[in-house]
Amino acid sequence: MADRKHGRDSIRIKIPVVQEDLEKLEIGMVVYLDGLVYTGREGVYRKVVEEGADLPAGVAQLSNANFHCSPAAAVNDDGSYSVGGVTATASFRFSRYMAEWLRRSNARIIIGKGGMSVEDYRDILVPAGAIYLTTVGYGTGALLGRGIRGVRAVHWLEELGNAQAMWVFEVENFGPFIVESDLAGNSLFEQQGKLINANLDKLYENLKAPALGRYGETDDRKDELI
Amino acid sequence: MIDYQTIESAARQIMSQAAIDIPPDYRQGIEDMAKWEQGELSCFVLQTMMDNWNAASEDRRPMCADTGLPRYYVKVGNDARLADGFTGLERALRSATAKATHDIPLRPNRVHPLWRNDHNNNIGINAPEIDWSFEPDVDWIDITTVHKGGLFGTDYRMLFPGDGIDGIKRFFLDTLVSFGKRGLACQPAIMGIGIGGSKDTTMVLGKQAACLRVVGDRNPDPKIAALELELKQLGNSIGMGAMGFVGNAMVADCHIEVGFTHTGGMPVSVHAFCLSSRRATVRIHADGRCEYRHDPEWFTPYMRRETVEWPIENTDATASV
Repeated sequence: MADRKHGRDSIRIKIPVVQEDLEKLEIGMVVYLDGLVYTGREGVYRKVVEEGADLPAGVAQLSNANFHCSPAAAVNDDGSYSVGGVTATASFRFSRYMAEWLRRSNARIIIGKGGMSVEDYRDILVPAGAIYLTTVGYGTGALLGRGIRGVRAVHWLEELGNAQAMWVFEVENFGPFIVESDLAGNSLFEQQGKLINANLDKLYENLKAPALGRYGETDDRKDELI
Repeated sequence: MIDYQTIESAARQIMSQAAIDIPPDYRQGIEDMAKWEQGELSCFVLQTMMDNWNAASEDRRPMCADTGLPRYYVKVGNDARLADGFTGLERALRSATAKATHDIPLRPNRVHPLWRNDHNNNIGINAPEIDWSFEPDVDWIDITTVHKGGLFGTDYRMLFPGDGIDGIKRFFLDTLVSFGKRGLACQPAIMGIGIGGSKDTTMVLGKQAACLRVVGDRNPDPKIAALELELKQLGNSIGMGAMGFVGNAMVADCHIEVGFTHTGGMPVSVHAFCLSSRRATVRIHADGRCEYRHDPEWFTPYMRRETVEWPIENTDATASV
């Protein structure tokens, strides 16, 4: 189902995602999701990858889309949930958990902020048949909130707290996201970064280095911090 | 006399306004940038952010689910009287934060830095921060809340007088380029630059410059105002736009605040606010009347005073101020 959104190709994908749909995704495409999506960040990864806890029953069977985020949400007095929105958190910090995580969860779509390194795509996501979707902005919390139709379950809420718990959302037309890395491990951020790097030397041409340096500092602006 | 209930309810109101409604000055700034932004992907991001602001206001849901670190800036009129005093005001702000967190709802972001436990209400040790300032000859209090993310887009550096304006430019570019890649700084942002003071003053001034001045506002010192515009232009000539995509939209505006500093040094901080630029202000008058607005009006002439006396006496020594 191809469409246009602010001048870009956009597509709706059903979760659990199938191989055939993943193959349609090219970097730079705009994606919306339907089905179940679940969150994961430090708390969940430490619990599963480091402590060896089992994934909650059913999660891996019902969804293969894992979102690096946590919601603006509250637990109501009757035990139901109010979810205002979700906003991604930076994904590069979870690199160390990803190989084992993908093996355990069978996730094929990772959603987050800022992408991961091309080395991570090559060594971890591509072998697992997974792609990466980046959120837009960042901070389209309200748009993403509109796409959440309900909360299917919240795991480890007591133990990990609201922000670190695993939330399982029922979503419809949930997005927009941009394909940052495809099945081949191509990276939109890397491609764009290379184009920008080409101008940097000229920008710094007449600006001399400061008198006092800093340990660990790189003077190569083409380097990334992540 | 301003009572506890008035403060708490006004603070809840600005918490909600800041979280949901994009300030009009910043919105205008981004709308203007979207008109000239050539980078297709960057432009897509700007247009999507505008969709997001509309969705937030229509649905009354937070623009961004990352609450950032909600905090307050309080300006107290010298003649203002508070029924429960200053600790009462602090208690009202803490209570308003907890209630707003549950009611809006906001994500409870605040955790203990070591043990990572939280109270599910954005309250804890030294949280929310409350910065104080004073204003002569008035009997109102102004309360501004700012919800700003805290992980990327800010840096500090000790420069020296010999590094000069070029040193500031270079450090400004370093911060934008390094945190702009992949859009970690959530640009295009209002950039705040603190120059001078002690190290902590430098950080505070830069943060306040980013969060407490509106797009289009200029420093009253004409030479600083010119530097603000020069840095804004410099940031928008990197070749990078929203999310670190090819483009030019990086800096919605640039604000500089200064403090007299050590004769040997020139400490500088650079702060990026974000694509949600969450701030809202209320003025509570002596009779309890509340006026809500988007411009914090934090940096008053009194705050930027340079002499012992106030108002400044019109002598040769201060004529240039």
